[in-house]
Amino acid sequence: MAAISRDEVAHLARLSRLAVTEQELDTFAGQLDVILQAVARVGEVTAADIPPTSHAVPLTNVLREDVVVDCLRRDDALAGAPDVAEDRFRVPRILDEEA
Amino acid sequence: MSDLTRMTAVEVADLIARGEVSAVEVTRQHLDRIAAVDPRVHAFLHVDADGALDAARAVDARRAEGEPLGPLAGVPVAVKDVVTTRGVPTTAGSKILEGWRPPYDATVVERLRNAGTVMLGKTNMDEFAMGSSTEYSAYGRTHNPWDLGRIPGGSGGGSAAALAAYEAPLAIGTDTGGSIRQPGAVTGTVGAKPTYGGTSRYGLIAFSSSLDTPGPCARTVLDAALLHEVIAGHDPRDSTSIPQPVPPVVEAARQGATGDLSGVRLGLVTEFSGEGAEPGVMAAFRDALDALTKLGAEIVEVSCPHFQYALPAYYLIAPSECSSNLARFDGVRYGLRVGDDGTRALEEVMSLTREAGFGPEVKRRIIIGTYALSSGYYEAYYGQAQKVRTLISQDFARAFEQVDVLVSPTTPFVAFPFGSRTSDPYQMYLADLFTIPTNLYGGPAISVPCGLSDGLPVGFQIMAPTMADDRMYRVAAALESAVGTLTPPSLEG
Repeated sequence: MAAISRDEVAHLARLSRLAVTEQELDTFAGQLDVILQAVARVGEVTAADIPPTSHAVPLTNVLREDVVVDCLRRDDALAGAPDVAEDRFRVPRILDEEA
Repeated sequence: MSDLTRMTAVEVADLIARGEVSAVEVTRQHLDRIAAVDPRVHAFLHVDADGALDAARAVDARRAEGEPLGPLAGVPVAVKDVVTTRGVPTTAGSKILEGWRPPYDATVVERLRNAGTVMLGKTNMDEFAMGSSTEYSAYGRTHNPWDLGRIPGGSGGGSAAALAAYEAPLAIGTDTGGSIRQPGAVTGTVGAKPTYGGTSRYGLIAFSSSLDTPGPCARTVLDAALLHEVIAGHDPRDSTSIPQPVPPVVEAARQGATGDLSGVRLGLVTEFSGEGAEPGVMAAFRDALDALTKLGAEIVEVSCPHFQYALPAYYLIAPSECSSNLARFDGVRYGLRVGDDGTRALEEVMSLTREAGFGPEVKRRIIIGTYALSSGYYEAYYGQAQKVRTLISQDFARAFEQVDVLVSPTTPFVAFPFGSRTSDPYQMYLADLFTIPTNLYGGPAISVPCGLSDGLPVGFQIMAPTMADDRMYRVAAALESAVGTLTPPSLEG
């Protein structure tokens, strides 16, 4: 049985903000099925009582002194943007017309 | 004038320090070499000739003033394109960042500049460091100098190929699942992944933040150690940076070069007993073990029962973190924007931008990560992978109670022909079989050349406990003293 269907891949692509093509869906569905069947092997391990590791270094709440330091200048921050207006990042409209 | 491109970083730095050659001359020879061979190798995505010559002139001026120079002053270095360089194009091998010039330097780059090294340019890589062949770069493939029809490894194939083609004596890589070590292995060069947190991630374009580690690439173990010392050490700009002194890697490399490994215990992982590795790779590995035994090392077999689950755990954890990290590429603050014709809303423009800007492997991993993190699947996939990660770290801890380092081949197969693993992505993942456990644990590991199989280089991997990076340099230098360095076929004529 397949671990993942073509429809599920299409749904995940939408969630991931990827406007994938029909042809890509055909290719990815088979490839992702092979990958997911292989990685599902983690389920063979008995690990119910094992704490998860999110990070190799056990550091928590690393804070610095509360002093003002140099930061990125506005013009530098905007220099790589695809569209800039009035010293700000310009974005396409956020709401649909009918909204 | 002798050929400065064939020398080690130590030799070049020594000539510059003694005033026998200028840093500008060293840089010019390397730029000439790049111009001569890179059209065939394609190790570089961008060559910063003007910036390199300026940096070299500054070193020569400081020397003329009698100022003290660091041990690598004037030595050229190539930097993987996933590392930000102020004002110098940085793409991470992706179309989505084409033409981007970062407004800041990564910490490793800042430290390279402060040390007086000369940055030649940016090297090719699999897009966002996802791959084992550099074939997933959006800017064309890099050719292995040992055989131009084969892959140079990945994701840092450009950095490794630049070393093997004598375009640079030093290079910077990043290692998330083997992206420094596997390219080192298949190009016959040295690549070291420091302890996670031992080198700063500030300025790396993030792929998998709990695993990404910048590190040194070189043609000799001592050169790698010197570069390691320059870039390593605590950085307050990386919250996972370890606030401890850099392990004595240079001293360890010099000690290892004496060829004495008396009392050193090498752990041979039972679960890595050759399954999945090519016979030629295993033969070269066993010859290297014999050589190390002759130097006084003791071989101890150790069991790490969860290593067999490292690859599946990694290919859940890394894509999960990537799907989150790569959400920043939304066509707003930097990079590509597609479809913004005034009629489309933001979300549609974002989806079209990401569709056009990302290549297939990046899309696959984003989708897998989104799947593994979605409610209903989270515990079975991502949560379970994190528990397996704990068990793998416990395997390492138990093994290091019995031995000083663990050893294995770096990668199961030698450099493969272009196109042979791209249609089945999981076949590409298998290149990381031996390198991944270390990333999940967070310890250091190094790949050093140990011989040839069918005329192609084989890498020997040494894994050490967290913050004991010096141990792997000692063993690596001893092996190098026994088997020597590898010289690829000439690219001339």
